[in-house]
Amino acid sequence: MSSKRSWLLVSLLVVFAMVLSACQTTTPAPTQASAEPTAPAVEEEFVFGMVMVGPYNDKGYSEAHYNGGKYVEEKVAGTRMIYVDKVNSADRPGTTPAQLAEELVAQGAKLIIFNSDDMKDSAAEFAAANPGIPVIHASGDNVWAEGKNYKPELTNMVNIMGRMEYGKMMAGCAAALTTKTGQIGYLGPLINDETRRLAASAFLGARYCWENYLGKDPAELKFKVTWIGFWFNIPGVTSDPTQVADDFYNSNYDVVLSGIDTTEALVEAGKMASSGKETFAIPYDYEGACKENEAVCLGVPYFNWGPLYAKYITLAKEGKWAPAFEWGGPDWADINNPDTSTVGFFKGAALSADASTNLDKFIAELAGGLTLWKGPLNLQDGSAYLADGEVATDPQIWYLPQLLEGMEGQSVPSN
Amino acid sequence: MFKSKPRWFGLGMQILAVVLALLFTSIILLMVKAQPFEAYKNIILGSVGSFKKFSDVLVAWIPLLLATSGLLITFSAGLWNIGIEGQITMGAIFTTWALRLLQDTTVPPALIIILAFLAGMLGGALWASLVGMLKVYGSVNEIFGGLGMNFIATAMTIWLIFGPWKRPGVGSMSGTEPFREALWLPMVPGLRLSLWSLVLAIVVIVIVFFLLKGTYFGLRLKAVGRNMRSAFHLGIPTSRYMLAAFLLCGAMAGLAGAVQVTGVYHRLIPSISSGYGFLGLLVAMLVNYQPLVAVPVSLFFAMLNIGSIQLPIVMKLDSTLSGVLQGALVLFVLLVDGARKVLLKKS
Repeated sequence: MSSKRSWLLVSLLVVFAMVLSACQTTTPAPTQASAEPTAPAVEEEFVFGMVMVGPYNDKGYSEAHYNGGKYVEEKVAGTRMIYVDKVNSADRPGTTPAQLAEELVAQGAKLIIFNSDDMKDSAAEFAAANPGIPVIHASGDNVWAEGKNYKPELTNMVNIMGRMEYGKMMAGCAAALTTKTGQIGYLGPLINDETRRLAASAFLGARYCWENYLGKDPAELKFKVTWIGFWFNIPGVTSDPTQVADDFYNSNYDVVLSGIDTTEALVEAGKMASSGKETFAIPYDYEGACKENEAVCLGVPYFNWGPLYAKYITLAKEGKWAPAFEWGGPDWADINNPDTSTVGFFKGAALSADASTNLDKFIAELAGGLTLWKGPLNLQDGSAYLADGEVATDPQIWYLPQLLEGMEGQSVPSN
Repeated sequence: MFKSKPRWFGLGMQILAVVLALLFTSIILLMVKAQPFEAYKNIILGSVGSFKKFSDVLVAWIPLLLATSGLLITFSAGLWNIGIEGQITMGAIFTTWALRLLQDTTVPPALIIILAFLAGMLGGALWASLVGMLKVYGSVNEIFGGLGMNFIATAMTIWLIFGPWKRPGVGSMSGTEPFREALWLPMVPGLRLSLWSLVLAIVVIVIVFFLLKGTYFGLRLKAVGRNMRSAFHLGIPTSRYMLAAFLLCGAMAGLAGAVQVTGVYHRLIPSISSGYGFLGLLVAMLVNYQPLVAVPVSLFFAMLNIGSIQLPIVMKLDSTLSGVLQGALVLFVLLVDGARKVLLKKS
């Protein structure tokens, strides 16, 4: 063996020795986990792990889940959250969500939350491989008996989702009540059942308010969806949401609704506004998203995951776990009640007084039973979706196969 | 003084390089108010803390070792095959293509997997040969050619995932539809590790070792790498040897891509190479192109990759810290090696 090789080998061994010896003599620093006050509780601590697709502080989808976990810690005694964020192949190459979930289990997690539809395969794989660990997959449909992907063998899984369709209708309404050009842009993420139905809900809300509160012709309302390819920007892989938002604003679309997890639409609306344009945005997912730029924010439809997480984590903690599918709606008595409403809508500072009044009326109508998922409705290609008077079933809404007639943009990815 | 004890002097300098790399990383950790020893402990425990964790290290080690094996050949020929990322990607694309083509046929699954691996080798070799031909016949430096081919391979993956190979009704970078389990590499029960791919990686590095150490081909390849003009004058067909090096490296990179598809992700995803090509470049530089040394060093790098997963979970630190340590190691080893040579010359 050459000298070079031998010293390299030896040096590597030395690294190991140094690190190991250093570890043995060092008192571990208090980590976030260990820094939590250990109450003299009689019951055993219940640790739950959360696997998040984006950064925990993304001002969007993942932060809403993170806050839901914090809500559980506060409301359900004896619980503690551990998490791993940015779980996607671009940010954590060489790993899978199931592998990272197992790391959380190794750190003491007794229940695992997968927070993205994108983790559907991995969540099912993990649940099957770890039948003793309760799994909550938010936005999935693997244990929905009426769903297309029903897997009855996953007895340790619960699927939860918020009826964001209502939130998106409110967002669409706010956009229609504000636009001066009659052109609304929708900054879409990837294309799937969920994103199609949410974009369509925004369109339905916009069309309803445009027609019923402003008395305008629905044919004069333009609603265009541009998809970027994922829930957030991945340079070189997705389309750049900043660019897409700019394209909207520069093409006479004065209101952009965001369907992605981050706030590019709002940031760009702010930049355009500061250069004299009258532009607005409606972010998504996270209740505090408007804070990025209040002056151009019309409001935000957001998820409030806390109550559903608290419900199912309590069941797991009490040993009453059972597979379930829950599509939680707003609490119509108070859509922004943090303890009872799964989805909500906070109005933004940029929403005019008139628009605000009309939006309140719209919300009251929804609370009173107004359904916009009612025929006659056609799919984007003109084929019938709902006959006159027909109300869509939950599976029809969940698995919306195309965008709706009157919407511009791709329904399915092109070849 | 130095000349009398160059071996010990070299060893001392090498240890110095490792210490400097650790020191550098520790300073960065301290800057983000994290305990360096705590971080190192978590990395170690996260990689060898249990048999399962170590098996995950092996899962990362396999494609890394395959990529490194290929790079040892191109480096021996004096070629910087930066395009290895694209070659891994193209190997994965060809593997996926073969699996998609055969998955609904009556061909036995084991044979489909073997054919998919051969397709992966073909894809990687094909992509590398393009870089090689650009170099040999077009005088395009392999670094620029390779970088360009990397971009094209990535773009092609994204196009396939969002286009012809998209999941029904879905346009997402999460990848193509997963293959049925029969088309996965057989795993050790309870683990993500496939012994087949482990054996494959070890066989490949052994072949590369004998190829470079015990054959005329290896000797001539090194001659091309050391001094191409002299090698040419000695009658070695240098262009052919360079192309052969690219082809072999590409085939091994393609194998890495095949392992990623059949043994790790079970589908094609946009970042299917997981950066193992670039990491392999670091390993190859660090080991001074010695196949046997590449084995433990690539294992060490895989340990850093897997162990660093603990950093965000336990310490809320970004796991890219492992990349800092890996890069710092290479940088300081090269720096100190340069300093050692200067000092030896002076003495």
